Amino acid sequence: MTEKDTELRISKIRDGTVIDHVPAGEALHVLAILGIDGSGGEGVSLGMNVPSETMGHKDIVKVEGREMSQAELDVLSLIAPDATVNIVREYAVAEKTEIEPPEQVTGLLSCPNRHCITNAGEPVETRFDVLGEGVRCAYCETIVREEITDHLAV
Amino acid sequence: MRHDHLLTAKQLSRADIEAVLARAGEFADDPAAHADRHPGALLALCFFEPSTRTKMSFETAAKRLGGDVIDMGAVEDSSVKKGESLADTARVVEGYADGIILRHPSQGAARMASEFVDVPLVNAGDGAGHHPSQTLLDLYTIDENAGLDDLTIGIMGDLKYGRTVHSLAHALTNFDVRQHFISPESLRLPRSVRYDLHEAGANVREHDDLAAVLPELDVLYVTRIQRERFPDEEEYEKVAGQYRIDAETLEAASDDLAVMHPLPRIDEIDPEIDDLPNATYFEQAHNGVPVRMALLDLLLGDGGDGE
Repeated sequence: MTEKDTELRISKIRDGTVIDHVPAGEALHVLAILGIDGSGGEGVSLGMNVPSETMGHKDIVKVEGREMSQAELDVLSLIAPDATVNIVREYAVAEKTEIEPPEQVTGLLSCPNRHCITNAGEPVETRFDVLGEGVRCAYCETIVREEITDHLAV
Repeated sequence: MRHDHLLTAKQLSRADIEAVLARAGEFADDPAAHADRHPGALLALCFFEPSTRTKMSFETAAKRLGGDVIDMGAVEDSSVKKGESLADTARVVEGYADGIILRHPSQGAARMASEFVDVPLVNAGDGAGHHPSQTLLDLYTIDENAGLDDLTIGIMGDLKYGRTVHSLAHALTNFDVRQHFISPESLRLPRSVRYDLHEAGANVREHDDLAAVLPELDVLYVTRIQRERFPDEEEYEKVAGQYRIDAETLEAASDDLAVMHPLPRIDEIDPEIDDLPNATYFEQAHNGVPVRMALLDLLLGDGGDGE
């Protein structure tokens, strides 16, 4: 199956955002990170574990009627560092962007250290510094490298 | 020193450390002669966990500088018992005092509290996190006994949960120091501390046996291995027994070895060592006063040429 076939299996969108080259199996995490759960009314199409020439298998996420900002998308680098993002207008790709790791992510992850002050019912959002590999709690300094999506607070 | 708060030893540059130690040296000569430094300054002691040395030496330091303290008292007697958040407690206390000394069982507590206040806040221990004011007095003691450059130090015991160890290890990266970490496998340095030491380019080695490095050490910094870190009593006894030192242990050490301990000790240092010239831990505890005087003097500012 070619990439074109794959595209056809997932409906084209008129206006919105297409996030391609997501590691296979991570599409639902992508939606979670972006805070998209369907309650906003936007149309969402997912392709999971579809064949990819460059990645073997990959996921694709299409969100209709919504153009996501660079800042919103940059947090995806935690789980999908090689993702590419196409902003689609009138069925055509209007902008192609690559995501960049942000310096910090706020409120997105919960700290796995149960003795961290962010797990003590205090009025603070979690804040993680993004390292070359993994993330680090700005409060207790715990470093998380494996299974970051297990700690999604969203 | 240009910090509003002292939260971790990572904040401290070599120049910061040297400024504190130099000032501490001035105060140590005659601690009672500086009551004009900060007359009327009020320090809030917020200790959510028990403390003897840290709390009393901060109180002594504040009073020696002409100031005074207000003490939150035990958690059982405070609004914390009613469920008040640390953030709220900090904001309330900020209105009463010129500085806050905070000890709390949660890691990162001091950093979080500092985000809610404008007065200087000192982390006096945040769970298994950091204890930077202890580090300053440790450095002062090391400097007096062995010097801080061309130093070989062994740090032994509970390296995983020992906050004094984490802060000391960070601070020593500012100097020419060979750091040897001696512990059971299960209590080795946490990943976050290893990461920082690596980033700082520190000269670090890990061992499970003191004998391998003891002869080359200038300083041996012993910490307590806590019973509650082990699943059962038998396992604790087995492990802790390997990291106790007595006079016989020291026979293999340099005569000039300085044995340090942040205290309280339980039985990891045999009392028979107390009378040997190697025993430095009570001197270390006494140094808490001039060093914390120096720290407060620099944090409170205005009192002279401190800033």
